[in-house]
Amino acid sequence: MSVEENFAKNSEFNLSMVPSKFASFMRTCVIWQFIRFVAINLKMIIVVRKSH
Amino acid sequence: MARLVVLGAGVAGHTTATFAKKWLGNGHEVVVVTPNSLWNWIPSNIWVGVGGMSKEDVVFPLAPVYQKAGIDFRQAKAVSIHPEGKDGSDTPYVTVEYTGQNKEGQTEEITYDYLVNATGPKLNFDATPGLGNGEGGIGSNTVSVCTADHAVHASQELKQVFEKAKRGERQKILVGTGHGMCTCQGAAFEYIHNIHHEAEKAGVRDNVDIKWISNEAFLGDFGMGGMHMKVNGYVVSSRIFAESLYTERNIPWIIGAHVNKIEEGKAHYELLDGSTGEEEFDFAMLIPPFAGAGMKAYDKAGEDITSKIFNPGGFMFVDGDYAPKPYDEWKAADWPRTYQNRDYKNIFAAGIAFAPPHIISKPAKSPNGTPINPTPPRTGMPSGIIGKAVAHSIVDLIKNGSSAHLHEASMAEMGAACVASAGKGLTGGQAAAMTIYPVVPDFDKYPGTGRDTEYTFGEIGLAGHWIKHILHHLFIWKAKLKPGWTLIPE
Ligand SMILES: Cc1cc2nc3c(=O)[nH]c(=O)nc-3n(C[C@H](O)[C@H](O)[C@H](O)COP(=O)(O)OP(=O)(O)OC[C@H]3O[C@@H](n4cnc5c(N)ncnc54)[C@H](O)[C@@H]3O)c2cc1C
Repeated sequence: MSVEENFAKNSEFNLSMVPSKFASFMRTCVIWQFIRFVAINLKMIIVVRKSH
Repeated sequence: MARLVVLGAGVAGHTTATFAKKWLGNGHEVVVVTPNSLWNWIPSNIWVGVGGMSKEDVVFPLAPVYQKAGIDFRQAKAVSIHPEGKDGSDTPYVTVEYTGQNKEGQTEEITYDYLVNATGPKLNFDATPGLGNGEGGIGSNTVSVCTADHAVHASQELKQVFEKAKRGERQKILVGTGHGMCTCQGAAFEYIHNIHHEAEKAGVRDNVDIKWISNEAFLGDFGMGGMHMKVNGYVVSSRIFAESLYTERNIPWIIGAHVNKIEEGKAHYELLDGSTGEEEFDFAMLIPPFAGAGMKAYDKAGEDITSKIFNPGGFMFVDGDYAPKPYDEWKAADWPRTYQNRDYKNIFAAGIAFAPPHIISKPAKSPNGTPINPTPPRTGMPSGIIGKAVAHSIVDLIKNGSSAHLHEASMAEMGAACVASAGKGLTGGQAAAMTIYPVVPDFDKYPGTGRDTEYTFGEIGLAGHWIKHILHHLFIWKAKLKPGWTLIPE
């Protein structure tokens, strides 16, 4: 079932946005997520360093 | 030889005590007073609450760790502070009541040179009729994930709900905040999304209605007035992403809600527009409002000075600007920097125990005058950073005398990294990884969003889950003072 069907379930859902199949897939795509793992860690390290 | 007494061994107190002891060495004493024998990595209680981890995975005994570190551990709760001593003695002390170490119920006076109040929140279930049991604990109508034991109970109840759903009985789940003045929406966010994830894994999601209820004025406020982040060339509000996630996962929301009464299977609430409603449930996890630990304070003559040291909610006054002022006049500079008590310079408060000058989200009231707005979160990273700064200050005061420079850690100048779980699993898990800078918005410095959008971002995916899982092990490693613990940041 496509998440787009959720738009019809209530008026608040209808004004929201949902990820495309591609965006959903990328969220758990191990190779892409490994790259994001490195990127997010770098971003977090910068904020942690700025805060100490 | 000076004695530092730390009240509370949570994120803030444990950080203060362990760093202070490391820096002070054996020439000075560090005493920790805390009622639990176990240390708990609270963020992972979410996974205990859905059966993804056991209690043993998230706790460990404190006594051996403190013994190894040379910290004097008292399993007791602090009852009162006497900053001026008593008749015949100027030495300040705290009164404690033992909860373990074979001294249950016994009281003792522990003198101090420096005192840190890191007693965190009291889970104030009784603020909402039916949420508490009338004796300070949680009632039988809802569950909680705020302590490891609560989370174990929640997971047992959730299992039964899933079993009923499997048998074809439609089940209603309600998750969110149990009062108009709650904080910690992030924990409820994690729990509702973990329930969704587990329900899908168990193949029962179609038979389970999951609904969100919270005191936030908009979804994604999280008690921080939301956040704006850069995504694909746009700067957007966290509301857009929160609403998207709830829509994608078919989780409708009720927001701006003050839950004012709970009955078996039913929550009553008032909304920001003044209307009222009720929501039925088979299973509900509603975060209680937080109060301070409820300690009293007395002067030398034995007069009650609790209201001089603590605000009405029980949080300790420090060096913030507590003058009441309208929202438009709130400034980043109102927020405390050193966490030194304003009246007694040898007392500090760290973590949730300090009194914030005001909330962070925009204040809101229903037409009936009911305040419905999140109170300010003080999450793990700020609590740890504040705990360490306070340890630094006290060590310098002990070593260099009362003119030593105090270390600063304003929440309006520090950022926070936060990873909110949205489901557990090595390849199927997801979490929203976020950084926010600064925690308290500074609209003078960053007009428009109040924050630096270069350092404020959020992203959901499996990578976030991996980070959350690694952090679970890292922080428990650090709290156990295992090799390299000082290198792991707060
Ligand atoms: C379910 C849940 C999930 C969370 N998830 C996250 C997350 O993912 N990321 C994040 O950053 N934050 C998270 N938080 C928030 C985080 O747990 C808190 O920010 C943090 O624990 C605050 O630290 P603290 O030391 O002030 O309080 P606590 O960690 O609560 O410690 C308080 C200590 O004081 C002790 N105490 C209480 N009363 C007394 C007394 N009278 N005398 C002596 N000691 C006393 C308590 O036993 C405890 O040891 C979560 C919170 C919850 C409830």
